[in-house]
Amino acid sequence: MDAINIIVRSIFVDNMVFAYFLGMCSFLAVSKNVKTALGLGIAVTFVLVLTLPLNYLIENYVLKGGALAWFGDEYKDVDLSVFSLLIFIAVIASVVQLVEMIIERFSPALYLSLGIFLPLIAVNCAILGGSLFMQQREFPNIGIATAYAFGSGIGWLLAIVGMAAIREKLEYSNVPKPLKGLGITFIITALMAIGFMSFSGINI
Amino acid sequence: MALSNKTKEVLLGPLNKNNPVIVQVLGICSALAVTSKLEPAVVMAISVTVVVAFANVIISLLRKTIPNRIRIIVQLVVAAALVTLVSEVLKAFAYDVNKQLSVFVGLIVTNCILMGRLEAFALGNGPWPSFLDGIGNGLGYGWILVAVGFFRELLGSGSLFGHKVIPQCVYDAGYKDNGLMMLAPMAILIVACIIWIHRARNKDLQEESN
Repeated sequence: MDAINIIVRSIFVDNMVFAYFLGMCSFLAVSKNVKTALGLGIAVTFVLVLTLPLNYLIENYVLKGGALAWFGDEYKDVDLSVFSLLIFIAVIASVVQLVEMIIERFSPALYLSLGIFLPLIAVNCAILGGSLFMQQREFPNIGIATAYAFGSGIGWLLAIVGMAAIREKLEYSNVPKPLKGLGITFIITALMAIGFMSFSGINI
Repeated sequence: MALSNKTKEVLLGPLNKNNPVIVQVLGICSALAVTSKLEPAVVMAISVTVVVAFANVIISLLRKTIPNRIRIIVQLVVAAALVTLVSEVLKAFAYDVNKQLSVFVGLIVTNCILMGRLEAFALGNGPWPSFLDGIGNGLGYGWILVAVGFFRELLGSGSLFGHKVIPQCVYDAGYKDNGLMMLAPMAILIVACIIWIHRARNKDLQEESN
């Protein structure tokens, strides 16, 4: 039940885009049509689900104060959390590179449709943000952490696909000149965020 | 020392015509999330300027030795090391602000401005222009942050830097703080208004399609 609750919460209430503005750069840049938006959304979810549990293990068995106790008594007081940022981002960057290479080798078709987005993902704030929130919220076990990763990814996907759909329709409307493109996209994002706020407080 | 035209362009361009936030659309994530008060916005602006400037210098010094395939990882590691330093300094000297910024200090690493400048400028230029470029872009990012923070704090809680600026008699007459300003979506709307004004004045930046 905990896992379902956290998935629902991270999709609607703590939506990465609308509540924390994470991954805004690619959100704004790649939301011109639904198909590419869907591709990027899937890629983000995939990388989140891979990296967040990995970082969870590293955080709890290596970095946290006292986490090295399994290694021997003399390591009980070691606190490596200063390095967490450095290690998280290294893990993310290498997983992205690895995934890119594996997909390229085994499924060239998928690589062609996703390939261009994969390098972008290493610097998508939503991915690192997920890991940092994981560290801050101290999830009880790896299952919950994975559920959180999945929910945040789906929430991001939902946001970018919805945005792309609206922008496709927007093509036919008459927007004031200085607002064209970027400006109107910002205003739509703000309105969507206000809409999403109506979900706040939902608990299962 | 008189600045040559090129240095001037590198340093001052990002403040207006080439602004990282409202023209190049980089670094939006943090620009919006930390601006509900003026103080964290200023701290964030300074942190980003410092990190971008020094990461630019380091990458620019290393640019001939980094293999092309792994350059993203190298850039991220340099950035992460600098951000860790900044975050430790903040924890030591400005603990409250650090609490308010929460994960967003860490997220400077994936701030698109940082990666964008490293990729687009530092990899192809010497250390001194790169340093100026970093300062310029940091300031360009900073003034947007401060502007958004100014309006949100003024209209949302009637104060600036935590001090009340709207006099009590105005409240007595029935004025109320606009609580909506403290919520996240209003930050986007304010940036949208800045973009609107900016593009109305610089016609060449207007886009053709939606």
